[in-house]
Amino acid sequence: MKDEKQVIRVRNLFKKFGDFTANHDLSFDVYKGEIFGFLGANGAGKTTAIKILSGLSYPTSGEIEVAGFDVYKQRELLKRNIGYMSQKFSLYEDLTVYENIRFYGGIYGLSRKEIKMKADELLTTLNLEHVRNKRIGELPLGWKQKLAFSVAILHNPDIVFLDEPTGGVDPVTRRQFWDLIYEASRKGITVFVTTHYMDEAEYCDRVSIMVDGKIEALDTPSELKKQFEAKDMDAVFLRLARNSSYQE
Amino acid sequence: MDSHISIENLSKSYGEVLALQGVSLEIKSGELFGLIGPDGAGKTTLFRILTTLLLPNTGNVSLCGYEVVKDYKYIRNLLGYMPGRFSLYQDLSVMENLNFFATVFNTRIEDNMDMIHDIWVQIEPFKDRLAGKLSGGMKQKLALCCALIHQPKILLLDEPTTGVDAVSRSEFWQMLKGLKAKGITIVVATPYMDEANLCERVALIQDGKILQVDTPAGIVNQYEKDLYAIHTSDMYQAMLDIREYPSVHSVFAFGQVLHYTDKRDAFEVAELKEYLVNKGHEGVKIEKIQAVIEDCFMALSQENKLEQ
Amino acid sequence: MLILFGMPIVQLLLFGFVITNDLKDVKMAVVDHSKDSYTNEIINKITSSGYFKLTDNLESINQVEGVFRKGEVKLALVFEPDFATNLTKESKAKVQILTDASDPNMANLAVNYLQGILQNYNLEINRGKVLPFQVKPQTRMYFNTSLESVFMFVPGIMATILMLVSAMMTSISIAREKELGTMEILLVSPLKPLQIILGKVTPYLLLSFINALVIVGMGYFVFGVPVLGSFALLMAESILFILLALSLGIFISTVSNSQQVAMMLSMFALMLPTILLSGFIFPIRNMPLPLQLISNIIPPRWFIVVIKNIMLKGVGFEYIWKETLVLIAMTTVFIGLSVKKFKIRLE
Repeated sequence: MKDEKQVIRVRNLFKKFGDFTANHDLSFDVYKGEIFGFLGANGAGKTTAIKILSGLSYPTSGEIEVAGFDVYKQRELLKRNIGYMSQKFSLYEDLTVYENIRFYGGIYGLSRKEIKMKADELLTTLNLEHVRNKRIGELPLGWKQKLAFSVAILHNPDIVFLDEPTGGVDPVTRRQFWDLIYEASRKGITVFVTTHYMDEAEYCDRVSIMVDGKIEALDTPSELKKQFEAKDMDAVFLRLARNSSYQE
Repeated sequence: MDSHISIENLSKSYGEVLALQGVSLEIKSGELFGLIGPDGAGKTTLFRILTTLLLPNTGNVSLCGYEVVKDYKYIRNLLGYMPGRFSLYQDLSVMENLNFFATVFNTRIEDNMDMIHDIWVQIEPFKDRLAGKLSGGMKQKLALCCALIHQPKILLLDEPTTGVDAVSRSEFWQMLKGLKAKGITIVVATPYMDEANLCERVALIQDGKILQVDTPAGIVNQYEKDLYAIHTSDMYQAMLDIREYPSVHSVFAFGQVLHYTDKRDAFEVAELKEYLVNKGHEGVKIEKIQAVIEDCFMALSQENKLEQ
Repeated sequence: MLILFGMPIVQLLLFGFVITNDLKDVKMAVVDHSKDSYTNEIINKITSSGYFKLTDNLESINQVEGVFRKGEVKLALVFEPDFATNLTKESKAKVQILTDASDPNMANLAVNYLQGILQNYNLEINRGKVLPFQVKPQTRMYFNTSLESVFMFVPGIMATILMLVSAMMTSISIAREKELGTMEILLVSPLKPLQIILGKVTPYLLLSFINALVIVGMGYFVFGVPVLGSFALLMAESILFILLALSLGIFISTVSNSQQVAMMLSMFALMLPTILLSGFIFPIRNMPLPLQLISNIIPPRWFIVVIKNIMLKGVGFEYIWKETLVLIAMTTVFIGLSVKKFKIRLE
């Protein structure tokens, strides 16, 4: 399911805003096909780190390679090889399902034929054939999120970043969403995901927990539970995050 | 004062979209009541009707015995409301925000300090900071203070914990318990199923319909099927394999285990275990477990979908 | 979509029709001290051009200023006594062109046209003659003798700024509260709609009033624009206009749910007409009839007339009561509409 090929390699990443250090000396690797959970309390520095990894902002210092590309010099190449989806940003509400697929396919330079093929395939897997020409705005949130994820990996990126993809989604759809994540990971796509649902942390291959800009723990869920003598990830998280000095 | 809420056969539609369909609920005075359902279930619409901001299409709604349509002016004095988006003035300081809302409700902070004291002490160190510069958890506390400043009889909280991390969430629920002790009726809407257990009674809502109303324990007890937890090494593969199992009724991932129900009443654990072992799974362990709210919600929502 | 495609078309039409430098039916008075065939001919010539329309025949040059103050007549022609005799005997006769230069664009344009017509007339009567007859025009500006356009701009800018600050800012600030959700809490509170509106409006009333003072002050001290009339009256009228703009702002906010919509609406529904159709830059009487009619419902149009009259002509209330009344009526209507439309609920 995963091999030892690194797709994200972070060494001594620092990001400072004025005298506030958002990311303090982060070092970690993420491997091909891995589902990597990136947890942390609000304001722990998750979003800052994701922005750096996806080439949206520069780190203050540190060596970072994503999909084999350097975040300082090869941003454009990097962006071509990643996918991104968040709870807030997903698809264009005014366009139809198919138009959205075509649009994103176009952005990543897929040919007309490829787009058509991929769209058919995607709609069949998601069971959304019947809404092909409906506007995104008319679809339930869960469908939108599933669709947004599929679109984010349309161009077969090496990594896909998911920023709280399942917030507010009903429990059944949430699980269907995770089916998609597993499937992607089996195809060799690395999934880098943040979530506030602690049960979802259990579904990850490995989990890192950030507190005050530092990674305080990084391991498989079962190792973490052993290490902190906790019965589930919720307890692990609470233990780590409670120690936080971050009370504003 | 008897601050109960009664909702009778309430419906509301926006154009063709039915946001609420025949909702009936009784919320008792002094109760900590949870309204649990995903986004788009109709929680916010229901809250806006309760807060007199929307008019229902049909049905009767009364708070403390006052009708929401007719007596809306009076009801507005009784309510504390915290909308889904934290409604504070980002460019005013913490203190200014609190002062402003006190003035709006024609009262003074000093007169109501006993009400908000426990929460206020947590944000007091930052009272001169701009509200926009607070962290999510702090904003939430400030918003709660502002909603409480006029000593409301009923507190309506629309998704106060959405997007808030687990630590702040658990702190927030602690605060609600403290408020409940003061006798306020509290209604909380949330998409997080695990928060149901923190309420006295909950209503599960989806697609504008109430699926069930009961205490969390009551809801769990009404779960009809026998539920089993399955442990294996490769969860995802096991789930795929179980979906192929002839008598599977449902299988869902639940954190580190799979939750399984069978179509048959007489279900042999050993049979499924053997099936999984034959598929090459290791460390297979199956045990009967008590359902949690999320199991119930999923079962009920699927029944609901089938009816439609 | 409608805005994107509709706006350019509307703008194009507006600009096309509004920015014509042609004159049309400028009202003119005549003081004819001579009343002979030549003066008659000249007057005929001028009125038949279509650019000018004779409305008053005055007895004395002293009456001209009074006519100008009323604001209808923009131009007066004064023929010297014995015009015909002078022309035939001395081949030189004088005609004075007096203009109301509180609208400098207009005054300039009118004078140029008139001079053109007189020149033509000279050519006509001199055909085949050895000694040419000459009608010599002399021009004199009233109210704004140096014909400074800054005089015109101060009232115009005042109207524009007050409109911008008052209407746009109120509408945006209310829409912002809706966006942030604070409006939801205010609505749920026992505050009355009128209280909420007053609370939102008062700061902008103050701000706009200070703006008005600054503009008038700048005009006076930096550009030397006089305030000939009563300063108190000027300020009273400004407050009235600010109130009108504020009520418009609230009205806009009741129909828009986001800051963006409020912004667009105030831009297109208020700013552009204020600049284009109020007579600020382009004279109203030169517009096609439909636009002239529309300009009547544009509040700054009336306000500009009022402040121009007070500042540059120094007239009192008796000359501007009509415009004032229009402004008061508009304010009442919009305040009424806003209070009524301001929702006590969300919908």
